[in-house]
Amino acid sequence: MADNGYLQTVIVLSGGLSHERDVSLRSGRRVSQALRSRGIEVVESDVDSNLLSQLAEHTGSVAFPLLHGEAGEDGALREVFELLGVPFVGSVGAACRVAFDKSIATTIVGAAGIRTPTQVALPHETFRELGARVLVDALGDQLGFPMMIKPSRCGSALGCSKVARADELPAAMVGAYAYGSVAVIEEFVAGTEVTVAIVDRGNGSIALPAVEIRPESGVYDYAARYTAGATRFLCPAEVESDVADACADVALRVHGALGLRDLSRTDLIITPDGEPVFLEVNVAPGMTETSAVPLAIETAGWSLGKMCADLVRAAAARGGRTRAISLAAP
Amino acid sequence: MLERLRRQDTRLDHYVDRYAERAHGMTASAIRALFAVANRPEVVSLAGGMPNITDLPLDVVGSLLNELVLTDGRRAMQYGSGQGEPAIREAICEVMRLENISAHPDDVMVSVGSQQGLDLLTRIFCNPGDVVLCEAPSYVGALGVFRSYQCDVVHVAMDDQGLNPTALADALRALRRAGRTVKFLYTIPNYHNPAGVTQTLDRRLELLHLAERADLLVVEDNPYGLLGFDGEPIPALRSLNEDQVIYLGSFSKTFAPGFRVGWVLAPHAVREKLVLAQEAATLCPPVFSQFAVTAYLANHDWRGQIKVFREMYRERRDAMVAGLTSHMPTGTTWTYPEGGFFVWLTLPPGIDSHAMLPRAVTARVAYVPGTAFYADGFGSRHMRLSYCFPTPQRIIEGTRRLGEVLEYEARMLEIFGTAVEPESGRRALGPREAPGPNQA
Repeated sequence: MADNGYLQTVIVLSGGLSHERDVSLRSGRRVSQALRSRGIEVVESDVDSNLLSQLAEHTGSVAFPLLHGEAGEDGALREVFELLGVPFVGSVGAACRVAFDKSIATTIVGAAGIRTPTQVALPHETFRELGARVLVDALGDQLGFPMMIKPSRCGSALGCSKVARADELPAAMVGAYAYGSVAVIEEFVAGTEVTVAIVDRGNGSIALPAVEIRPESGVYDYAARYTAGATRFLCPAEVESDVADACADVALRVHGALGLRDLSRTDLIITPDGEPVFLEVNVAPGMTETSAVPLAIETAGWSLGKMCADLVRAAAARGGRTRAISLAAP
Repeated sequence: MLERLRRQDTRLDHYVDRYAERAHGMTASAIRALFAVANRPEVVSLAGGMPNITDLPLDVVGSLLNELVLTDGRRAMQYGSGQGEPAIREAICEVMRLENISAHPDDVMVSVGSQQGLDLLTRIFCNPGDVVLCEAPSYVGALGVFRSYQCDVVHVAMDDQGLNPTALADALRALRRAGRTVKFLYTIPNYHNPAGVTQTLDRRLELLHLAERADLLVVEDNPYGLLGFDGEPIPALRSLNEDQVIYLGSFSKTFAPGFRVGWVLAPHAVREKLVLAQEAATLCPPVFSQFAVTAYLANHDWRGQIKVFREMYRERRDAMVAGLTSHMPTGTTWTYPEGGFFVWLTLPPGIDSHAMLPRAVTARVAYVPGTAFYADGFGSRHMRLSYCFPTPQRIIEGTRRLGEVLEYEARMLEIFGTAVEPESGRRALGPREAPGPNQA
């Protein structure tokens, strides 16, 4: 079925310079293929010094950012699109900036009445100033073990560790700081791991069926995420319907509280008593062959191509910002 | 709505329960994924081992290929012999003569790069659980082959004089006492990948003496042998012993890797089995590539071209060593390669090359963590730096960036104490932590 009747070229952006470049390239290829299957003209582009010329060459095109990690999900590029009046799929820059930072997002989500893990976000300088040993002991006392250590601004579980004992904490902190200057230290919440995508195809946000994640190794780390066969996915999640409804409700509220647009994915843990706990939200969720969102789309009876085309159409209808300046072709 | 949806229960791989055991370690790696960033021009990649063929005269090669297609295209594009074409086997013997290796073309089998030669050798010699001895560290591509045949790799100590024969004797004794079957020693005596060192003549003689006494088969991998910068080349192991040594050679570094032409020089009985294994694997090595390499060797001053490559790599080696001397923090040491592509860096105690790679990539410099070159999880205090591809200026800039990252790591170490996991407790990831062959 052709969707190209009233759609301009779509510029699918993937790659970039983040640690998740490889994943982003895979997401970009898959979405490009899905859009082309709908008869839409797609230009695949990396984020480099040629990008603005490319946008100028394809006046009236819609950008579809599939950039993961910093410099992709932190909103900077989307601010440029807004400035230039280029319509794009996804949330505005300011919302991305907030959502991408796990600590800031968790604070806002918590303030919206959603349960979040107890956590602190600390730059490594704090450990230097206060003394690592004292601070490590205090973290153990306050949060208990096991605890989770994560870089504040990174995805794909990069730099994340589950720490069972105090003596494992320094290595985990160093591992998290390798991906950024601030690390989040949070209580470990045991339960069922699910993820819920929110999609707005131009007629209001709806939650896709929750995907339950059961990594074979027990840990949903990078290898479990991107090795086909390494994780068992159940969609809809194998939970009671009221729990599934609660997960959908939380994901919608997260989407709303953070001011997100078009597409997001919220990762949750369902506690043994059936309460969803917010872990993090993604403004550019993975679209790879092993990602959860395409599976949820398929389970919902949609096609990835149709959904992406609808998102592009909604972005095109929205248009660029009024502060747009003109792009001169080189 | 949800009640009406049919639940999908999937691992997103329909074949997941059908894979052989040897495929179980073939998983995604966050470290390997980082090398995707290393290919961007903003990053100085000291990671990949791609030969630098900028100086290869493409006009000459183009004319040769054109001529080949026009005059001999039908033979060049047809199936060929499983052993390889006679003309290239003769030419290979001439190339080996530069390293004093005396060989007959009948004992040469052409392979798809020397990598496939190693694969076939492992296929015909090794059962699952057999031991292969390797230097510590060893070539990541070899570790990948040994893993895929489910061999147990036992590393043997080396130092700036190459593999230590005394350590080899100790390892052999211990393994045989434990009832283990040792199939061969895999070694890179010249300009070692990744260690950048060359085995001395005394040690070569001692090694061969031990191999004879202990009836140990030696697989000598020599892709960089003609790329020495300083002094006289040391005789190849194969030139000193014809019976105990199987030799792997390659045109990837002396001509171009894209043709994928390498070879194995082996005793007659082994060669016969190799050819049968080759026919089972590929029917025959690529005939067009063999014709192309033969034409290149016959019609171009390939010895002169190797000199050009050698000078180009020497300039890069000098830049690397100068950059390291200027920018590495106290407590860092490195090898001084007399040829080849690589420097092996040892970090101050407590700094983990594996853990710091993401920060290095953020600082726009890439290297391969030492853990990639060990089958047993060791190597986190080391890294391999390649100087073969970037320009000398970029190499120096890369070492500057690396120096800054190491300073940052030293501060982290100061804050958190020794953060490196005990090496014996690490999971061995080996080849999963190295860039792919097409990454600079």
